[in-house]
Amino acid sequence: MYEIRIHSRGGQGGVTAARLLALAAFRDGKYATACPFYGAERRGAPVVSFVRIDDHPIRVYSQIRSPDLVVVLDSSVMETVDVLQGLKEEGTVLINATHGMDVGGYRTYSIDLTGIALRENLVVAGSPILNTPVLGALAKMDIVSVESVTSAISEMFSDERNVKAAQAAFQELVI
Amino acid sequence: MLTIATGNKAVAAAIKEIRPDVVAAYPITPQTEIVEQIAEYVTSGELDSRYIPVESEHSAMAACIGASVTGARSFTATSSHGLFYMHEMVNWAAGGRLPIVMANVNRALGPGWNVWAEHTDSLQERDTGWLQVYVSTVQEAYDATLMAFRIAEHHDVLLPVMINLDGFTLSHIMQSLETVELGDFVPPINLPYAIDTASPRGYGTLTGPNDYFRFRWDMERSMRDSVAVIRETEDEFARRFGRSYGFTEDYHCDDADVVVVSMGTIGKEAEVAVDQLRREGMKAGSMRLRWLRPFPDLDLSGRDVVVIDRDYSFGFGGVLAQSLKAKCGVDPFSVIAGLGGQEVTYDDIASFVRDRRIGEEHWFGVSD
Repeated sequence: MYEIRIHSRGGQGGVTAARLLALAAFRDGKYATACPFYGAERRGAPVVSFVRIDDHPIRVYSQIRSPDLVVVLDSSVMETVDVLQGLKEEGTVLINATHGMDVGGYRTYSIDLTGIALRENLVVAGSPILNTPVLGALAKMDIVSVESVTSAISEMFSDERNVKAAQAAFQELVI
Repeated sequence: MLTIATGNKAVAAAIKEIRPDVVAAYPITPQTEIVEQIAEYVTSGELDSRYIPVESEHSAMAACIGASVTGARSFTATSSHGLFYMHEMVNWAAGGRLPIVMANVNRALGPGWNVWAEHTDSLQERDTGWLQVYVSTVQEAYDATLMAFRIAEHHDVLLPVMINLDGFTLSHIMQSLETVELGDFVPPINLPYAIDTASPRGYGTLTGPNDYFRFRWDMERSMRDSVAVIRETEDEFARRFGRSYGFTEDYHCDDADVVVVSMGTIGKEAEVAVDQLRREGMKAGSMRLRWLRPFPDLDLSGRDVVVIDRDYSFGFGGVLAQSLKAKCGVDPFSVIAGLGGQEVTYDDIASFVRDRRIGEEHWFGVSD
């Protein structure tokens, strides 16, 4: 089982990113579950959501304690939240940043998702939408296939800019 | 069709397939997504139901009752405080022998204000005459909702059915969902005692002790008869759609020396605990109780029982633990866990089994 924890702020689309990722994994023929941790979430407050991907039906409902991958959509949450908590020794970090970052000695991939969202004009209520571009980066990292990412995004959003943003992230992420 | 959905969306998808005549509802966390999605189906024309947005849950059930006495198929959904607010009408629906179906998204009771999973809400309605089923996956939420109408409307039953799903843990998780084309699996509703709206009349309905007592006995007879109807419905569902259910979901119970009994999502996580314990050489099993009313005959003799209650009856004990004591003659290790959404992992469940103290009660995380 591959376990992913996504850190973001309320309103940035972390919960939707988890659902899109589960849907894409499902379209790849895997079993997947996505669940947000519901606390006192408000716009701007740090939130986490979880995705599990496996070849077998998933019977675990509790929160992910030792993820294989941590995704950070907003690096400012790292000031108050230990995003690396429980991350497996051989785990990976994907972070939304304008420059390359080394996070806690883990294998870290950086990509400017905010820049991609702004370029594609993916802005809702003043916030750049990061949930569709991040799927492109996850496809590049081979978590899900790029075809399934495209189909998952098209299933959930009619606006083609979302698919374009994911494709841009797929191109830009350096592996 | 194979898709991916939350527990709430799965219930709404089942309602779209069932096409009830009337949906009356009031939003409450974490149930809101169900009635929101149904409202969208009605607005878009995908579902041709009369949708009645009401000002309270009491009115939601009252509207379902009003619709149901005319012979209409009706549905509502609620949670916790909403369920308590409609409590009077919940009794009325069962006593009126109205086959209303309701989804209850299990949520803790205030205060303190808490929106997370707990079973005490629906368990406080267990003596009302409603059939109660507890589900553990998105698929099961969908399938149980479909079957609920066929069971409730069967003339041997004519009692309402409540489908219970854990708040957030199941209502908001996304899992795979295979939707079905119902065909004639649920026959058209045919209420034998529907009132005649073309010829309205009024009667005094004061019921003396003798008749009242007979009505109550008749409810209990139907509750007992519902066992066969549930079996027949689940068998037919398995034949048509390939997914089988029962009064319990048993996992490695046959040769087990110790069995974990629980309800809802904890019952799925318990299977992972069983796998872990079996790897350690312990013959463990999991029995997830699906139907609480009617309460099934369970064979738990000759082994240790660890029961996990996500509920409590103050001054008495866990409702499930007490039910097993009374109905199955077992003296379990009674674990009270998961109240107000407390996390209960498979590691925790495995440790309940390893450290079991038969005959005792243990409040997970707060008592020794």
